[in-house]
Amino acid sequence: MIETIRSSTRLIAARPLVAIGAAFLTLIVTFAVFAPWIAPFGPDAIDPVNRLLPPGGGHLMGTDHFGRDTFSRVVYGSRLALLIGVGVVVFALGTGVPIGVLSALYPKLGRVLMRMVDVLMSFPSLLLALGLIVILGQGVFNAILAIGLIYLTTTARIVYGVALRLRAEPYVEAARSMGAGTWWVVTRHILPNMISPLMVQASFVFAFAQLGAAALDFLGLGAPPDVPSWGNMLAESRIYITRASWLLLWPGLMIVLTAFSLNLVGDWLRDRMDPRFREMVGK
Amino acid sequence: MGRYILHRTGAAIATLIAASIIIFAFIHLIPGDPVYVMLGDGATPDQVAALRQRLGLDEPVIAQYFIWAGNALQGDLGQSVFFDTPVTQVIAEGAETSILLALITMVWIVGFGIPVGVLAAVRQGRWIDQGLSGLAMLLASVPTFWVGLYLILIFAAGLGWFPSSGYPSIFEEGGLSNLRYLVLPSLALAAPNAALILRLTRASMLDVSREDYVRTARAKGIRPSRVVVRHILRNALLAVVSAFGFTFAALISEAVVTETVFALPGVGRTVVQSILRRDYPVIQGVILIIVCLYLVINLLVDLSYRLLDPRVELE
Repeated sequence: MIETIRSSTRLIAARPLVAIGAAFLTLIVTFAVFAPWIAPFGPDAIDPVNRLLPPGGGHLMGTDHFGRDTFSRVVYGSRLALLIGVGVVVFALGTGVPIGVLSALYPKLGRVLMRMVDVLMSFPSLLLALGLIVILGQGVFNAILAIGLIYLTTTARIVYGVALRLRAEPYVEAARSMGAGTWWVVTRHILPNMISPLMVQASFVFAFAQLGAAALDFLGLGAPPDVPSWGNMLAESRIYITRASWLLLWPGLMIVLTAFSLNLVGDWLRDRMDPRFREMVGK
Repeated sequence: MGRYILHRTGAAIATLIAASIIIFAFIHLIPGDPVYVMLGDGATPDQVAALRQRLGLDEPVIAQYFIWAGNALQGDLGQSVFFDTPVTQVIAEGAETSILLALITMVWIVGFGIPVGVLAAVRQGRWIDQGLSGLAMLLASVPTFWVGLYLILIFAAGLGWFPSSGYPSIFEEGGLSNLRYLVLPSLALAAPNAALILRLTRASMLDVSREDYVRTARAKGIRPSRVVVRHILRNALLAVVSAFGFTFAALISEAVVTETVFALPGVGRTVVQSILRRDYPVIQGVILIIVCLYLVINLLVDLSYRLLDPRVELE
């Protein structure tokens, strides 16, 4: 506990911006977990009399065209943001890591798998996601799969590179020459050494998943329109931007600050990482 | 060099063939009968049979692929179900907007990203570098459509300097002055990509400035500004050039959203509308053309990279 406090104070002193980013992410998690207690209204509570109210009074961030409280919807929106972020990271790492590690261990299989990854990477990312949405249909879960597919490819590439380097390390060769099996090498040597590049990749994937999900929502191909996601809120506010510009401000700011905070944390993690792998992750 | 060109071109063609199989398979992966999905519930059996025949869905799947790919090689991407015109015509109608948008955006990206990246690198560690690097990361975290909506709110609705939506061709009334319709969209589209090029230029400049020949140049007493331009920047730009393939792909992705925000009659908006209209031949055609373009650009980037830097070898 004391150690945690000490390292936190060190972080605040050395990288104040990263500390602010981490604090913002904590706020988002708090919003998501305690949404019903934090939000003063239900996310779908309609109040036609109080349509398009500017911020102030009983409505901290104003109301939308149905009289719904923007602050409450922003708070509930963080649930979806977290769900999308975690879902995309789990999918991208859950598929990309095995593909990358297997490709590095079995060069023949690796040539085939990495070629397939290259082919997927020749599709512009959003078009790949849109194509998958057409096949799977619209919905939160399908949006996670569609965005996850984009980051499956980048994750597999990075993991492949890191695993190839690790495989050539003297201690891995030593373990192999002493008769260690593939499973042992993977679980004892390759995966543990991959944790920090994966954490960096996870934070960037989480950040870009927010932007991808917002774009899908905006095009009307992401979360169903009744779900209070930040992207949907922006899509709905489009018609009212000249009359009620605050509707554009808050959900957009949440997306930007979430992605920015995650990028800051990712950059900070990368700076702390083993320099041999540093150039491989992030963009 | 000959072997290098051959090898790279071969790899690009192999990728294109694999990608074309995926694009072709797309129509068969959609749940349900694509003909019914495209025509809707009210279709008569005659219409269904006619469309099925037109799309060649009566043939065995493998034969279908070769017919489709063979036609595509001859420049025939099929018929749009919604417009009932050739897909190539639908794409050609959006091409002017999308190409001009991409070109203007590239001007912003290169004109802002590279000089500002150089500035940040030259002032490494100072407040101006930290400020610019922070700005770059912030820009990379902003959804392009949000930037676009704010640009509309401020410069179109508020100040009235630029039109908020649409784009009449430069060949119609107004001529080149119609390019003003593309100013705001290109700025929105440039924001995240300029940030990327800025960061890349900075990182690459710093890498190169640690090279021995840079130290030698400084030791010889060459003017610092000349060292920066002649020795560091010229070599640092290699890494930036190699990122242009990636930038192009990012531009295409974000153009889909940007063209929707600004209601531009481009290829990106055609994709979105075709998805909503379930006009699958158009989706397939656009994606095939974009993947081709992407592979050609990457090939050119690879080859020019090799010309610029003869040290690059085949892996």
